Amino acid sequence: MTHPKNAPSAGKAKTETNTEKKTKTMTGASILWECLEREGVKHVFGYPGGAILPAYDALKHSKIHHVLVRHEQGATHMADGYARASGEVGVAVATSGPGATNMVTGMATAMLDSIPIVCITGQVGSKLIGTDAFQETDITGVTLPVTKHNYLVTHAGEIARTIREAFYVARSGRPGPVLVDITKDAQQSTCELDWEAAKPQLPGYRPDLSPAPAEYERALELIHNSKRPVILAGHGIIISGAMREVRDFAERAGIPVALTLLGLGAFPASHPLNLGMMGMHGEAWVNHTIQEADLLLAFGMRFDDRVTGTLKTYAPNAKKIHIEIDPAEIHKNVKVDVPLVGDLREVLLELMPHVESIDRSEWLDSIDKLKGDSAVRDIQNLPDSGHLYAAHVINDLWHQTRDGNTIVVTDVGQHQMWEAQYYKHEHPRTLITSGGLGTMGFALPAAIGAKVACPEAEVWVIVGDGGFQMTMCELATLVQENLKIHIAIINNGFLGMVRQWQEFFYDRNYAATPLLNPDFAKLAEAYGIRSMTVSERAEVVPAVEAARRHEGPMLINFKVEQEDTVYPMVAAGAALHDMIRRPSPIVETAEDE
Amino acid sequence: MLNTFMVYVENKPGVLTRVASLFRRRAFNIDSLTVGRTEKPEVSRMTITVDADGDQARRIEANLYKLVNVLLVENITNQPAIVRDLAMIRVAARHEARSHVFELANVFRARVVDVAPESLTLEITGGEDKIDGLLELLRPYGVLEMVRTGIVAMRRGSRSAGTNLTAENAAAGADSGTARDDVSYSV
Repeated sequence: MTHPKNAPSAGKAKTETNTEKKTKTMTGASILWECLEREGVKHVFGYPGGAILPAYDALKHSKIHHVLVRHEQGATHMADGYARASGEVGVAVATSGPGATNMVTGMATAMLDSIPIVCITGQVGSKLIGTDAFQETDITGVTLPVTKHNYLVTHAGEIARTIREAFYVARSGRPGPVLVDITKDAQQSTCELDWEAAKPQLPGYRPDLSPAPAEYERALELIHNSKRPVILAGHGIIISGAMREVRDFAERAGIPVALTLLGLGAFPASHPLNLGMMGMHGEAWVNHTIQEADLLLAFGMRFDDRVTGTLKTYAPNAKKIHIEIDPAEIHKNVKVDVPLVGDLREVLLELMPHVESIDRSEWLDSIDKLKGDSAVRDIQNLPDSGHLYAAHVINDLWHQTRDGNTIVVTDVGQHQMWEAQYYKHEHPRTLITSGGLGTMGFALPAAIGAKVACPEAEVWVIVGDGGFQMTMCELATLVQENLKIHIAIINNGFLGMVRQWQEFFYDRNYAATPLLNPDFAKLAEAYGIRSMTVSERAEVVPAVEAARRHEGPMLINFKVEQEDTVYPMVAAGAALHDMIRRPSPIVETAEDE
Repeated sequence: MLNTFMVYVENKPGVLTRVASLFRRRAFNIDSLTVGRTEKPEVSRMTITVDADGDQARRIEANLYKLVNVLLVENITNQPAIVRDLAMIRVAARHEARSHVFELANVFRARVVDVAPESLTLEITGGEDKIDGLLELLRPYGVLEMVRTGIVAMRRGSRSAGTNLTAENAAAGADSGTARDDVSYSV
């Protein structure tokens, strides 16, 4: 079949233009690509297979660029990275059965971090459904808990409306992953495509909520009466595009800002009101500030257990205002005094004209005192004594790349926390990391997605030696797509964060955490990627500069201190102010409260 | 406490699974769930009873609304409502016990729907308490088999929650509980 846009203008074309034909007969497969194009899709990440072959056959007529991945999990993380970097919906494609089940981790990752992706899977023919046919899996059943919504499409005529609904659901309200499972016969059969008629029909879907006026009043009263307020800045700021509004609000009301992991970049790191990251590996003074506050203003965050510590002692004297688009998050973990359910940016714009400018210098000064001896405990202020510390590597990397258009994509574990602590993000969408699900293996594929979305950006992967080996097959994708991505492996020969937990909580029984690694240099070479190995501090900056100068991708194997620890740490289930601190070089005892 | 939700959903395949999966995933315990057709072919209606405190009940409602196919949720726990359960009870009834069972059925306005040489089967409709009561009184005779539908519920009064299930009305519907024409009497 021929793509309608490229259809040769035959003799009868003239009569058709006269009647302005609205519909065209196409296969389901062609309808799929046409609808994706109409939704603004330029790139998809996928892997072919039997049940999705009709769609791949029709791909040649489409303008969409297909990135061939090496594992379907990679496709979902790439779509995810694409979405996080660009704010657009990312698209992943796979076949039925194992292709579809391989996507589950990526969907769960996107679900917990509210990332808009659309996953398209082939399904066995509709007549075969329920027969345990070859490569048949009930993927809509499997993914029910890890998608915002999902669809099984068994007729070509349903494809257009379903794709439109999928994109609308994925990107609106609280974003999330949507799966569209399309049977092989639906892809093969033909029908008319009438885009205008295929409007979403979602009578029960209400993404646009806004608070009642009385709630604004109560929120303003709390804000104006507060002496020790803190803004808890979350991912919702970036999703809502409310960076400007949050900044205006904080500056006008004189309120300091603590950030969640996914909130990093939502408020400039260099801003005087920026406290830094809160939570399990947040800075000590940030957690102390939250515990001493009399008002928490939660902006697009969900009081995850990693930022609250035990709820019994969480911010005991604070009233709470929760601005959140998802009503189901209200009172979920923390009972709040004023919920403002709606889009953060719109709520702040509504609130702003009524916010009084209040001098809170006393409170800000007292926060400065909470910093105490944090500076002298900071590893950046300690001599390296001949060791290569991951925190130093990341700090040096930040210094070298801070002025550029840089996106850092991390994996999960110690290096992720050091990145969050020492890479200072000034702009949104410059840190891409799996926060909620904590998916190891996320970094490399997500970075590929980010680079495809933002080809002009300098993309750095910061990844542990463990997580890298989970998805390193995507090195082939990177080379095939000719992407210049820098990969910094923070190689400590351990599953570092798990080892840290074993050190603190399991009597240093390092069960199954030491890693026997391949020669990463040879591995890179096998893929045609240049590599360097760094084991001394003095080599870090030259290596980073060499990578930036090199015209292709570069893998740098940083052989760092093996048994290093992320400080501070709030143990799981401990109070937020009860932190394990790095032993101070001056004060011998930790000042835990 | 036991909360009763009326949930209007799109009549589409898999919607029951989505609702049931939600309760399992969020660790809410369903006491009973019934689902059936309504006056509109495109809308199904569920009556769900679940043990939850006030905060949990609000979260259940909010989570139900997150399901794309859910049209309207009403917590009618503290609303005037008609609540009905149906049970079929097969009870051992030989000799003189037979007339006693008949009498009890009469008193409870239950119907005898099947007669066998050694047993009677009663059908009873009513509130859960009424059925529990009959069941308790029948137990000494020997309850051989029993099945209940779980409750279905409807608000009292002339206002029908589901008359206009458009998005705007549905969003507002949950709060606008007390219209003037909502006056009615139990008969």
